[in-house]
Amino acid sequence: MEIIMSVAIGFLFMAAVYLMLSKSLIRIIIGTGLLSHGAHLLLLTMGGLGGNSPPVVSHGVSVSDYADPLPQALILTAIVISFAVTSFFLVLAYRSYQELGTDNMNLLRGTEDYE
Amino acid sequence: MSNLLLFPIIIPLFFAAILMMFPKNIKLQRLLAVVGAGAALLSALVLLAKVNTDGVQAVTLGSWPAPFGISMVSDPLSALLVVTASLLVLFVIFYSIPTIGVKREQSFYYPSVLFLMVGVNGAFTTGDIFNLFVFVEVLLMASYTLIVHGGEKPQLRESIKYLLVNIISSSLFVAAVAFLYSVTGTLNMADLAVKIPQIEETGILTVIAVMFLVVFGFKAAIFPLYFWLPGSYYAPPIPILALFGALLTKVGVYAIMRTYTLFFTMNVGFTHELLGIIAILTIFAGCVGALAYFDVKKIIIYNIIIAVGVILFGVAQLNQPGIDGSIMYLIHDMLIKAALFFLIGIVAVLFGTTDLRKMGGLIKTYPALGWVYLLTAFGLAGIPPLSGFPGKLLIIQGGFEGPQFWGSIVILATSLIVLLSSVRIFIYAFWGKPVETVPLKKSTFNQMFIPTVILVAMTVVYGVGAELFMPLISGAGEVLLNPSIYIDAVLKE
Repeated sequence: MEIIMSVAIGFLFMAAVYLMLSKSLIRIIIGTGLLSHGAHLLLLTMGGLGGNSPPVVSHGVSVSDYADPLPQALILTAIVISFAVTSFFLVLAYRSYQELGTDNMNLLRGTEDYE
Repeated sequence: MSNLLLFPIIIPLFFAAILMMFPKNIKLQRLLAVVGAGAALLSALVLLAKVNTDGVQAVTLGSWPAPFGISMVSDPLSALLVVTASLLVLFVIFYSIPTIGVKREQSFYYPSVLFLMVGVNGAFTTGDIFNLFVFVEVLLMASYTLIVHGGEKPQLRESIKYLLVNIISSSLFVAAVAFLYSVTGTLNMADLAVKIPQIEETGILTVIAVMFLVVFGFKAAIFPLYFWLPGSYYAPPIPILALFGALLTKVGVYAIMRTYTLFFTMNVGFTHELLGIIAILTIFAGCVGALAYFDVKKIIIYNIIIAVGVILFGVAQLNQPGIDGSIMYLIHDMLIKAALFFLIGIVAVLFGTTDLRKMGGLIKTYPALGWVYLLTAFGLAGIPPLSGFPGKLLIIQGGFEGPQFWGSIVILATSLIVLLSSVRIFIYAFWGKPVETVPLKKSTFNQMFIPTVILVAMTVVYGVGAELFMPLISGAGEVLLNPSIYIDAVLKE
């Protein structure tokens, strides 16, 4: 199972890098979304996939056969943060498109004085 | 167990939340922002006094036993940085009142500044690596708002790049945390410091240490990850730039300092040598930029990068003078960068441009401004007895005691370049043929100039009275060099 997960994570990272290297702003935003999905899945996998074991230690459950609940708490936090950042990025992209009239990263280079 | 160390984080959060309710009432916004930042500064000072007398303070939220809950830890280093950061936020608010403009003030400017303060103080105080990620995100979110605040075209264009760089570094942060958790099974910094020396396979830990260096390096703007900084910091107005230049990169520097002294010490020969080499390259990269531009903002922005290199070189030495020196220089740099940005802000307002070639002769009309600027420039370069000197002296001494003595020579030589770059502003803007200046009301000028002068006076006191601050600094250095003090304070409540 861990192997499949690592392949999935690697694929997500690969797709994210490909999208982020393109010129269109909206593709870049989708790329950042995929990148954070990859990172979240990595966090889940690295905590160890517990299968059916319970995440709570009670009577009769030893430490060796319970699922670690911490990575899920971490992922929840990370997902909320990346959700907020992505929505901010989308608003920023829309506003920039209105103001600057382009979503092509090649045309967003330089400053007024130093082209 | 003392909740005191949470106050510098909770007070600004509380005030920021209140300020969001009535954005249009400027007078109340200004008043409450000053009161909030002032109260946070006061609590930070009380905290520093307590840490100084009673040793490292730690609290684990929710009263869980230490490695399980989220620990907040205040050792002398973090208390000192919290005090400095709170002080600077207060000064930036004072300086913002005449400069930032009514329109921005009415659009949640002060709440954003206070939220930034929450993130910065939280990142300096936390004792948990994932919680560090959360606080960094809090301060980044506030900084996204501030960098695009006002919505001018250059701001929008640069914000996109700033946002993208930080999203990538945040994702890498989560990935690095994941690797660290799978290897050690804990994220509490004190617990990590106990567990990491027990792990025999240092190879994988070295990889993780370098990953964290990349993550924090994006934030601290080290070579070669500094590329985003000059463009992004150039876009926002001066008060925001001062806030960013003084605080944001320093969070990254602090994080490197903390992780590279507390637990990533299993392979010092590789990781710390790498850090030292990168620090020197960072200094070179900053010097090239500082000399290349004829734009006051750009020159000082590149000086941020140089200072990051100097501080990290001291950390990389991992000996007592090196660490003491970096702590001293870190605080000096936070103060002096804010003062410099304030000063060039006034200069830029007077000339209506930031291009040095269109300036000249300001010493005739504003002599006080000229002399204060010259004093600050000398402080930046580290001319004794001003504030840059004691820190740099200790860092250089640390370098000569370690294997990277050539780094110390580079730092000595580049001090001259720092001096040249900052004095060049003095020569172009204050000497030469007087250029017509934008008329500025005396009261507005004073509103900008008085906080600046007080801040410069503080840097002078910090430099001349370095001996007074030395017990605090070496106390902070002692905790960094002896992780057992930190570990005991957190784990043996």
